[in-house]
Amino acid sequence: MDWRDHGILLGQRRHGETSAIIEVFTRDHGRHAGIVRGGTSRKIAPILQPGAQLDVTWRARLEDHMGSFTVEPMRSRAAAAMSGRLALAGLNSVCALLRFCLPEREAHHALYQRSEQLLDLLGQDDVWPLAYLNWEMALLEEMGFGLDLSACAATGTNEELIYVSPRSGKAVSRQGAGEWADRMLPLPDFLGMGADITDAGIAEGFRMTGYFLENKLAPALGNKPLPEARARFTELFGRLSKL
Amino acid sequence: MSSTSDIDSLIELMARLPGLGPRSARRAVLHLIRKRGQLLTPLAGAMQQVADTARECLNCGNVGTSDICDICDSEKRATGELCIVEDVADLWAMERSQVFRGRYHVLGGTLSALDAVGPEELRIPRLLDRVETEGITEVILALNATVDGMTTAHYIADQLGERVRITSLAQGVPIGGELDYLDDGTISAAMRARKAL
Repeated sequence: MDWRDHGILLGQRRHGETSAIIEVFTRDHGRHAGIVRGGTSRKIAPILQPGAQLDVTWRARLEDHMGSFTVEPMRSRAAAAMSGRLALAGLNSVCALLRFCLPEREAHHALYQRSEQLLDLLGQDDVWPLAYLNWEMALLEEMGFGLDLSACAATGTNEELIYVSPRSGKAVSRQGAGEWADRMLPLPDFLGMGADITDAGIAEGFRMTGYFLENKLAPALGNKPLPEARARFTELFGRLSKL
Repeated sequence: MSSTSDIDSLIELMARLPGLGPRSARRAVLHLIRKRGQLLTPLAGAMQQVADTARECLNCGNVGTSDICDICDSEKRATGELCIVEDVADLWAMERSQVFRGRYHVLGGTLSALDAVGPEELRIPRLLDRVETEGITEVILALNATVDGMTTAHYIADQLGERVRITSLAQGVPIGGELDYLDDGTISAAMRARKAL
């Protein structure tokens, strides 16, 4: 069996003296693991950094086998990520969340495309946090916990959408929340009311997506704790934005 | 068969060493037996000696034969500079180059989400203690230029805050390196770190 695909390297670890086991999020085959022979060599090890865009060929005798990859680098993103601490924390968070959420060997074309676009923006710290927030919402949607921010779940209006229901993930207006307002999650005003995008609003967005990742997605995946890399990224964003 | 079982078990043990397999281990053991007086007996003695005395330095994590290693024990090394490395092999590489005359701190790994290595698994609390108590003025982060290495470097820098000067090794074209053979990440890092001639 063999196939060839493009993919994003999510992580790698040593296997024996000279090989490495890598996990790649591929376009047509989803999250897929395999062995890279000679993966710890001076020639290949620098290529196998998280976030790298690779052209991979997978081979195995049977489909159930782990199999082995041969890899060709397409784009290295490590240098862009290493240029700043926010980019590095963001890259770690993206790779950790993809490893956390994605089932093995199941294609997610839309999420793959969003992830590739997001990682290509690494190093552009002025636009990256917002792109990351949008990517987290796309991740939730792909995993079946999408947020519906188009209209109020209670009244149907699209005016003054300032809350999100923690139960349904739907937007709720000020009027629609009524006496339940204190149980609602705040919705960033740039998402609900088209206000200007601010760092404070993006941080509020991270708290909102964090809630659904932790309380909806994680329990559905066997109650594993969310990767610490995400908390480090959002904490760093808050600190660098002086929030 | 039983008459060679000791030799077989030695071959089996040797084959577990890095860089050796069963065939090369057999060759090595045969060579040792042939050079019994010159190699095998002194090697066995030296290995026993190291097995009895080798230990990690309680201060920095270096490997030595006493609780405090020679580097930590030497007053000449108290320059106020502390070089942070991932493991003992990196410390030995730095010592080979003879460019650094301060003290070291061996972390024992890097932060890694994949391998679930968090700050608690590394010697970071001890590092913070040392910076306070040893009059450190500069911390040099000599960690690998990998995503995990740089993540660890940033984490340590955050923990140390502005108490000391924090520097890291430069990244770019290696001595004797040809641009044509470098990966684009290295060229990009070298370009960003260019300097006036």
